[in-house]
Amino acid sequence: MNDPTQTLNESDLLAYTDGQLDARRSADVEAWLADHPDDAERVASYRQQNASLHALFDPVLHEAIPHRLAKPQRRPWRTAPQLRYAAVAAWLVIGGTLGWFLHGAQEAHSAAAMSLVRQAVVAHAVYTPEVRHPVEVGADQEAHLTAWLSKRLGTPVKVPHLGATGYELVGGRLLPGSSGPAAQFMYQDTRGQRLTLYLRAASGGNEETAFRYVREGKIGVFYWIDGPFGYALSGDLEKTELLQVAQMVYQQLNP
Amino acid sequence: MSDTDRLIEENIPRLRRYARTLVWERGRADDLVQDTLERAWGRFHLWRRDSDLRAWLFTIMHNVHANNVRANCATPAQQSLEEDELDIPVRATQEDGLRIRDIQAALDCLPREQREVLLLVGLEEMRYAEVARVLDVPVGTVMSRLSRGREHLRQIMGGSGSPELRLVK
Repeated sequence: MNDPTQTLNESDLLAYTDGQLDARRSADVEAWLADHPDDAERVASYRQQNASLHALFDPVLHEAIPHRLAKPQRRPWRTAPQLRYAAVAAWLVIGGTLGWFLHGAQEAHSAAAMSLVRQAVVAHAVYTPEVRHPVEVGADQEAHLTAWLSKRLGTPVKVPHLGATGYELVGGRLLPGSSGPAAQFMYQDTRGQRLTLYLRAASGGNEETAFRYVREGKIGVFYWIDGPFGYALSGDLEKTELLQVAQMVYQQLNP
Repeated sequence: MSDTDRLIEENIPRLRRYARTLVWERGRADDLVQDTLERAWGRFHLWRRDSDLRAWLFTIMHNVHANNVRANCATPAQQSLEEDELDIPVRATQEDGLRIRDIQAALDCLPREQREVLLLVGLEEMRYAEVARVLDVPVGTVMSRLSRGREHLRQIMGGSGSPELRLVK
């Protein structure tokens, strides 16, 4: 006679514990357990474990679900670092591309010219707001100003007079340039609007260039090279207005 | 709300319960649920309609948790949890409370592989084949881990005054 309990194994006991046995096999296990109190005790103990797990964790099922879990796609940033990295990477690409294009633009203007423009714009931004000391030497000592700056820059300097455009000379100062001394003349109209003309020794001999225009924020700059000097005229003006002044400067320096 | 949303949201309470078995502290357990849900929403097209959604979600949670554990092990500076930070729901009566504390401590003593199987079977009441899919192991492995885990747990809890039971804090 074939006793089915002879083939009973550990898996059957486990499956019986968990209610994963079919009815016939369950009956076999029950018959076995009736004769084997050790196994019966084991099964009871395992079932107690399951009950304890439910007692421990089931209360979670009845907790209110935190709002943040209801709409997980609304908060992609906290737990999706790969998105953050993607954004950073995107900015790097944008920045790199922008830098590349700007670099290209600067190439067109030449590195030396952009250095001239940057220094001119910085000097403009630093000194035009100055109320008490906008210049070192005032327009009332123009002769002294011209002689002094000519001496320091090593080349005769002329001071343009721009009264025809409404801008009167305030004075000038000596500045450190990237490769030696530089000079700044400041002009002002009756409304208090100020322009600066920045000049420094041109690096490449006696060349001459056309006017070029760049804008740095609010400040427009016309710059050119004329003989021994590079010039940059800066002001918070419309481009056409600034161009008129730049042309006046050029005419004054090349009568 | 779409069917997709509803199907997944129906499973959130059980996901939270299982997360609490993996990560005791409530906030971090919900972090795990949130990570799981975000991944599930993003990959819902990969779910086969004829398969059990709950098993699929548990598989995701299991993988997310395994990744977190690996990441944490790589950075040894772990925060230590004070007992009052543990947010274990405890039923009222003192005797039950003791038993619950006991099983909580005993679970901590089990190897992770045994604990996972024990919880998926005993608490989540998954069929063995389902557990095998969630954990990506053969059914035979599930059975042997379950057998060893249960016996291990029984010995821990059966030994009166066993020093391991004091691991609660």
